[in-house]
Amino acid sequence: MRVLGLETSCDETGVAVYDTAPGRGLLAHALHSQTALHLAYGGVVPELASRDHVERLVPLIRRTLDEAGLGVADLDGVAYTAGPGLVGALLVGAGLGRALAFALGKPAIGVHHMEGHLLAPLMEPDPPGPPFVALLVSGGHTMLLEVAAIGRYRLLGETLDDAAGEAFDKTAKLMGLPYPGGPAIARLAAGGRPDRFTFPRPMTDRPGLDFSFSGLKTQVLLAWQRHRDEPDAAADIARAFEEAATETLAIKCRRALAETGARTLVVAGGVGANRRLRERLASAARADGFRLAFPRPEFCTDNGAMIAFAGALRLAAGLADDAPLHVRARWPLESLPALPAG
Amino acid sequence: MTAGLAVALPDEAATRALGAALATALAPGDVIHLVGELGAGKTTLARGLVQALVPGARVRSPTYTLVEPYSTPAFDVLHLDLYRLAAPDELEALGIRERVGEAVIVAEWPERAAGALPEADLRIELRHASNGREARLLARGPRAAALLHALAGSVPQA
Repeated sequence: MRVLGLETSCDETGVAVYDTAPGRGLLAHALHSQTALHLAYGGVVPELASRDHVERLVPLIRRTLDEAGLGVADLDGVAYTAGPGLVGALLVGAGLGRALAFALGKPAIGVHHMEGHLLAPLMEPDPPGPPFVALLVSGGHTMLLEVAAIGRYRLLGETLDDAAGEAFDKTAKLMGLPYPGGPAIARLAAGGRPDRFTFPRPMTDRPGLDFSFSGLKTQVLLAWQRHRDEPDAAADIARAFEEAATETLAIKCRRALAETGARTLVVAGGVGANRRLRERLASAARADGFRLAFPRPEFCTDNGAMIAFAGALRLAAGLADDAPLHVRARWPLESLPALPAG
Repeated sequence: MTAGLAVALPDEAATRALGAALATALAPGDVIHLVGELGAGKTTLARGLVQALVPGARVRSPTYTLVEPYSTPAFDVLHLDLYRLAAPDELEALGIRERVGEAVIVAEWPERAAGALPEADLRIELRHASNGREARLLARGPRAAALLHALAGSVPQA
């Protein structure tokens, strides 16, 4: 089954074709990033994002189908991100995806953006299978999930305030670094000393799997105000922040694995591309003997491939959405229907 | 008619408590502006306010979602973070206009939507002070002024 995937939930326009036939997999994918467009504002701008998706989506679909050597009539279904996200941006992909499927007489399905992220590592060679624990960590989310089967998700913990990626972005902003903040902090931290500043590892001193990154931001702010004129202050603070954020994430991942008894950890979302986080989790995996699975870095951030893949799994299992168009700004992952067994 | 009050906020609990104290006096349609730099305690104050109305609610930062809605028996609370708006008219995209006058609006970075966002009944300016943080509350209209007067008896003033 060849499925076209459309991702327009935020500021990336992603398109891909995934084929569920044995030995096929991802046939082509293309991405247009609006990061440059939003650079001036230090974040995503909802209306600009919607307008940009309108301009980009059709040319990207044409390019992706060309690369895959397919015509539009060769598609067996269409998957689009139906939420969570910016409603105006979601409607662009959902409207086009649903109209295309209707015109072709093929099924279409709205995909949960976070399910796309957490299944992304399963597109790689020798994919891990459920049960596993998933850490979804991005600018808008920080959550740990137990994945008993595809579509059966239990929330183990989430952030009580800022997402980890948001903490990276705001820390960067405080120190006058460019957007997006994650890569900027990581670059700066690479030349910083790990032992000059020490920030707390929030909520690791008590049981539970929830996160809190707002207080860490305040600690960075205070340190920055006090030391900003000293040599190497920015690099040393960035390093201490990155150490605190990534160690906190690693502690909670180990705890989640211990609590669930799962032997596999899947990490997805934009912060999953952070090198220090990858190093920490890799050494934890060696020490504790669990399997660690990441998507390739380009599929850590928003992309069309993960939507084509998650949609293809659901469509191939006979699930599809009725014609009315639904997008959701907020959408609990635990409310998804599980795939039929087998 | 305007009235003002300065409140000392030595720690996070004090910031949440101020939010909770405000929550008890809210009426449908009230608009609160939260003004202050990154890390000044805007979201923490909003968290105290929402959790006083919806015990146990998870009040996440709306920086990425722009608006987080909460329901209480008496009214809805819309917690906004307008930091990422490029122009005030983008407020339209958030579907706020039709809720003005019935929902309680708690807006961080209101200056990003100046002119498009309703005027504040209560403007709260948060800043770092020598011992923690400090809030300056400015009321517009007699009801908000009475609220500040009642509050003055129950919070440590700066």
